[in-house]
Amino acid sequence: MSQVTHRELFPGVWLRAVHTNKFKSSYLSITLLAPLDKKTAGANALIPEVLRRGTAIHPDMESMSAALDELYGGAIEPMVRKRGETQCVGFIASFLDDAYAMKGEKILEPAAGLLCEVLLKPYTEKEVFSAGYVSGEKANLIDRIRAQINDKRTYATQRLTQEMCKYEAFGVDKLGDEESVSAITPESLWQRYQELLATAQVEVYYCGSAEPDRVAGALKQALDKLPVNQDRTGPDCDVRVSAGPEPIVAEECMDVSQGKLALGFRTGGLTCWETDYPALYLAVAVFGGTTLSKLFMNVREKLSLCYYASATLEKMKGLVLVSSGIEFDKYQTAKDEILAQLEAVKRGEIEDWELEGSRRTLIGACMSTLDEQGRQEEFWLGQTAAGLEESPEELAARLEGVTREQVAAAARKLELDTVYFLKGKEV
Amino acid sequence: MEKLQFARVGETMYHEKLENGLNVFVFPKPEFQKGYAFFATNYGGMDMRFCLDGEWHNTPAGVAHYLEHKMFDTEEGNALQDLAANGASPNAFTSNAITGYYFDSTEKFEDNLRILLSFVSVPWFTKESVDKEQGIIGQEIGMIEDDPDWKVFMNLMAALYKNHPVRVSVAGSVESISHITADTLYACHKAFYDPANMVLCVAGPVDPDRICEVAREILPKEAGPIAVKDYGEKEGPEAAQALVEERMEVSAPLFQLGYKGDAPINGEERLRQQLVGELALEVLLGSSTSLYAKLYREGLINQEFSYGYECYPGCAFLAAGGESKDPEAVRMAVADEAARIGREGVDPKLWERVKKGVYGNKVRGLNSFENLCIGQAQAFFAGSNFLRFAEVFDTITKKEAEELIENWVRPERTALSVVRAKEEGQ
Repeated sequence: MSQVTHRELFPGVWLRAVHTNKFKSSYLSITLLAPLDKKTAGANALIPEVLRRGTAIHPDMESMSAALDELYGGAIEPMVRKRGETQCVGFIASFLDDAYAMKGEKILEPAAGLLCEVLLKPYTEKEVFSAGYVSGEKANLIDRIRAQINDKRTYATQRLTQEMCKYEAFGVDKLGDEESVSAITPESLWQRYQELLATAQVEVYYCGSAEPDRVAGALKQALDKLPVNQDRTGPDCDVRVSAGPEPIVAEECMDVSQGKLALGFRTGGLTCWETDYPALYLAVAVFGGTTLSKLFMNVREKLSLCYYASATLEKMKGLVLVSSGIEFDKYQTAKDEILAQLEAVKRGEIEDWELEGSRRTLIGACMSTLDEQGRQEEFWLGQTAAGLEESPEELAARLEGVTREQVAAAARKLELDTVYFLKGKEV
Repeated sequence: MEKLQFARVGETMYHEKLENGLNVFVFPKPEFQKGYAFFATNYGGMDMRFCLDGEWHNTPAGVAHYLEHKMFDTEEGNALQDLAANGASPNAFTSNAITGYYFDSTEKFEDNLRILLSFVSVPWFTKESVDKEQGIIGQEIGMIEDDPDWKVFMNLMAALYKNHPVRVSVAGSVESISHITADTLYACHKAFYDPANMVLCVAGPVDPDRICEVAREILPKEAGPIAVKDYGEKEGPEAAQALVEERMEVSAPLFQLGYKGDAPINGEERLRQQLVGELALEVLLGSSTSLYAKLYREGLINQEFSYGYECYPGCAFLAAGGESKDPEAVRMAVADEAARIGREGVDPKLWERVKKGVYGNKVRGLNSFENLCIGQAQAFFAGSNFLRFAEVFDTITKKEAEELIENWVRPERTALSVVRAKEEGQ
């Protein structure tokens, strides 16, 4: 079985180590946890991309790739994620586990070394980031921001969040916005990088066959150039309890053949920190989280109103987001039906198979998190950002005890806040 | 039951061929929570024309995918819900060459396996349910046709291939699927869903003997006839069309660059060609080549750039693509690099490094049960064993990769597909 430890390597710098022999790879990540803020989001998102371009020792992509190939095709990927109102920036790395090296050589130490080299020893020109790397990655980031429009399903949810949380940090996209990214210079980015290194809480994650003490030793050594700060800022999230008196309605036209309807609800202050969080988690699953859910079974299968319809929970922010793909002329019918299904959950009209099926699905998802390194890392990063220590097994155990009435009570807290509709261009 | 050890990659595989012709492969993983089962037929989007019991059938494009959707219907209701009610996450996919049904679950694995084997082997179609699916699949087709990544790839297939059915969308079109009836589906099921044309791969905390027992209990006792497939006129080596362009709502131009290869014969030769193809791409335009660095530096590619070797019965090709401000320049740069490799050969240091990197990535890929089970199913249908890669890998030479580049990366075998942004007013 695996064993999970969480220890402080330096003030505000934590290592979570999962010790297990299950996998053929060792998984490492290093994440800086910064408050999500419109002013810094773009620069924060850009930093790992620029760092990944080259280091003082491996100054370009070719030499970086060569170093990774020597470590059996290891991967170091720049990563920006949003957990609640925390922007998580850094790197995810995966290397072959020592057990499978062709000549029995150690891979963990050089891998941790290379990962921290990318974070701490960038390639510089005139004592700041290379102008070429900054302009290249700026262009890439702007392309990514613009490309968000390509996947209409994700785009609709993103636009819903923007409209819904216009005056909250949560409305800021994890990539920042085009305007602030355009304004970044090598000097301004360098300054932001220094601030981030010095002030953000740092979370290091490891999953693999090495003993936690060996991992801690390797990382303490690799991170010894990180600035010392007794007072690094931890994550925070502001929760707005109720929706406005009337739902906000936002519509947009585009050249698409399928409409996207997205609905945003507030959970009345019920979040992952409350004791009845498992009931909310299960309520959202019954409503629209699985293929047994009311949205899937009724709105999609029985009534054929949507190609897809599902609901997700933002556990820290206290939001439920419904996403669906519909024919343009089904807007009102689909919306009414989605809301009617939620009303049924609120009234506790939940069949045994709906409740138990959703419960088994969520418990299965919790337990199988332990079987995948990437998902386990995602889970623990979410817990770290929320300041929680509950493991997937413990969450699964709490889900076992949730009753139908608790599910209905959690659902009754949901209030419709915002409606977003993406429709075709009028001919 | 046959037990095969692959010590270098830390895997054990059990294999049994049942009396009804079904091949069962099991990878026991006692330390895992989840079990994964993959039940697949050697039948995919490409297999539109076939002969069964002396009769030729020409079926509409999209029928294998349509059948996949309808297989979940049972006389009692819907298998998707039965599996989901047990906490299993079921799903299915149809590719060009195969159709696969799978689930993973942390509880009631054997019950779930029974459901899987049962709904896939027992067809239940009614006119009403088949008609209703027209709308659902029609919407799915609408959705993928809005997806520029899909479009740019399908356009590449149509540019590379003149006749081969890989050029036809697996889902078909709204028009083609309108010809599908319950009878079409029954005929295709009979032709291809016989145990002797199928494979079951399971990974997880399971007992291989129990898996075979469950399969014997649920599936037909004897093998039936299997249809003969026809992919039409043999393809010549040249690309059908050098360039294909389309306009859609995209932020930056998307491109796919394809090099038409030689279709390998089934067996270990096919596995070998796949590994050579993958290594050839790595030394030609992979992320540790100077060409990649140059293209990236000049802004001609970005992180979206990806590449791969693909192979189906009767065809094999290399494809590379992503976003580019000038796809034509990428095509020319790759052609120049291939010519340089033809003259000077691949740098031996690059070769050794890339081999180490590809090897490590393949071993890491074995973490995924999906990868292990789907990989073995595909390898088995192609006459090889997925886990043989470690041994075969050692014997591949630099010269083989150089020859593949020389023979395939040639102007007459190249096609470029581009999707550009719409101009104002379009």
